[in-house]
Amino acid sequence: MLDITISRGTTVALSKAEFDLLLADLRENGYQTVGPRVQDESIVYADIQTLADLPRGVQTEQEAGHFRLMRGASNNYFDFIPAADSWKKFLFPPRVDLLTVRKGKGWEYVETETATPRYALVGVRGCELAAIEIQDKIFIRPDFYDPTYRLRREGLFIIAVNCLHPAGTCFCTSMGTGPKVQGSYDLCLTELDDVFLVEIGSELGRSLLSKRKYDLPSAFVQNIANQRLARAVQEMGRSLDTRDLPGLLTEPENLEAARWDEVAKRCLSCGNCTQVCPTCFCWDATDSVNLSATQASRTRVWDSCFNPAYSYVFGGNTRPTIRARYRQWLTHKFGAWKEQFGTLGCTGCGRCITWCPAKIDHVAEIAALREEVNS
Amino acid sequence: MAAKKPTVAVYKFSSCDGCQLSLLNLEDELLDLAGAVDIAYFLEASRAVKPGPYDIALVEGSVTTPHEIERIREIREDARFVIALGTCATSGGIQALRNFADAEEYARAVYDHPEYLEYLNTATPISETIKVDLEIWGCPVNKHLVLECIAALLQNRKPNLPQYSVCLECKRRGAVCVLVAHGTPCLGPVTQAGCGAICPANGRGCYGCFGPWPQGNFDSLVPTLTATERFPGETHLLLRNFNAHAPAFRKAAEAALTVGKK
Repeated sequence: MLDITISRGTTVALSKAEFDLLLADLRENGYQTVGPRVQDESIVYADIQTLADLPRGVQTEQEAGHFRLMRGASNNYFDFIPAADSWKKFLFPPRVDLLTVRKGKGWEYVETETATPRYALVGVRGCELAAIEIQDKIFIRPDFYDPTYRLRREGLFIIAVNCLHPAGTCFCTSMGTGPKVQGSYDLCLTELDDVFLVEIGSELGRSLLSKRKYDLPSAFVQNIANQRLARAVQEMGRSLDTRDLPGLLTEPENLEAARWDEVAKRCLSCGNCTQVCPTCFCWDATDSVNLSATQASRTRVWDSCFNPAYSYVFGGNTRPTIRARYRQWLTHKFGAWKEQFGTLGCTGCGRCITWCPAKIDHVAEIAALREEVNS
Repeated sequence: MAAKKPTVAVYKFSSCDGCQLSLLNLEDELLDLAGAVDIAYFLEASRAVKPGPYDIALVEGSVTTPHEIERIREIREDARFVIALGTCATSGGIQALRNFADAEEYARAVYDHPEYLEYLNTATPISETIKVDLEIWGCPVNKHLVLECIAALLQNRKPNLPQYSVCLECKRRGAVCVLVAHGTPCLGPVTQAGCGAICPANGRGCYGCFGPWPQGNFDSLVPTLTATERFPGETHLLLRNFNAHAPAFRKAAEAALTVGKK
């Protein structure tokens, strides 16, 4: 091994075989290594042990309401663009048991000791890392925090990856989140044909990497990586004009635009866009009681503003129509979110477009709204 | 003295018995159920019958014979709460396909002596004959939802039943959308949740056995499905299935033919 001093910001070249050893080191340190896998002709995030578990040579074809895997395009592990699954499920699980009480002499809490899992996320894209940082603002606040999220988040090890092959529904360049990773990570990969360029983002990342055999990348190799990243920007599938956001969506007169009626005819109100969205955070707490009324449990589940029951309050529904629910979602995500959390709620990952069964393209919807109100 | 336990009666009309079997399949919870209520009439489980009236009547099956009309009226008289159990009882079930055909012709094709049969030309949900207090959809029903409804009745509270479409359940369990990723026709977006998205999670499209989601946007899903049909009339057939007689599916199945021809 060369005697190279590495520190935060250093980029090294790591062979793919050495990367597998790095994954093994992570597990030895108590991390559960999770990353992309092919499942049911899609890609999901699940346990991985080595690079062999990843979707090698797989690219994805994505358009509104359309997702297909394409095989054999390359031998690389990260040439695909993620599918419906997002890292959200590891930090903000779809179902969490909040509490159980049992009737004894009085009502008693049933204590359950569950160890918080320590995840090492392998292959986090720029848009996805930005999404995690948005959810941080929601779940970890100065005045209060969600314990489930916070404990999982604090134990996280993040291996990010720069995107070199954006999909048709990607628009991260418009949102300023990619394809080059912008946020805070431990290590960040750029995958070339026979090597990973690894940029060190944290002390934890540095100390882990220091145990592996690496090299300083040649100027030639770094040049290739830069060229491919520049090409990825050019190949971005979609582009969103963000100039007048959030104003375009939050102006009171724009809330009555005809476009909302038009899109409401197509929207299924199924909520798929919100479930695949890596920043959507709505949840419902449901109570259940056993037959003999001696035990009760409260469970938190993912919910959606497209679920009519979500906006039901005593006496009626504040958003009784699909038009009202779609408008709520879009104006929150690209508008009111800014006031609430200091950033827009979208990172340009494109999942809401790809996974809409009705093929609604939210980028096109915003453009159509802009055209209507400016005409 | 302990309060008298509420009595439950389970009845079968025209059906396959699958929903009654779901009750028997409660296994772990069956003893709890027997502890909380007095199962007074349940021929599929026991021939011991206690006389009515009953507090809760669970009715499986649809009304397909003149005799069944009389029987269901007697059951209504005899019960405080009538719960229609499963798709046959809530929408007529698969046998309601006769509503779109000639029942007599079916009878002739199946039986050597159709003249011995006494049947109606239609199979209809229980609610078309008597007032029903609660409907639990599904083919078969989700046993946990049945238990929840009984628990809610006993505890004098509203049952906690899902009010969204299958898509939300599908996404919560991390299943891959078969419509988007495979091009498989799926009724998930317009179907009432409650099943746990079993079919999409196993790679096949939802065929709507839990019935129409009251808020479903059929006007959007029908053209989406007809545009990618693998054979003409596929969407129509998908809707004309276990819940063919449910009004929303009935209307959408008609629309699928019109849209398909365009």
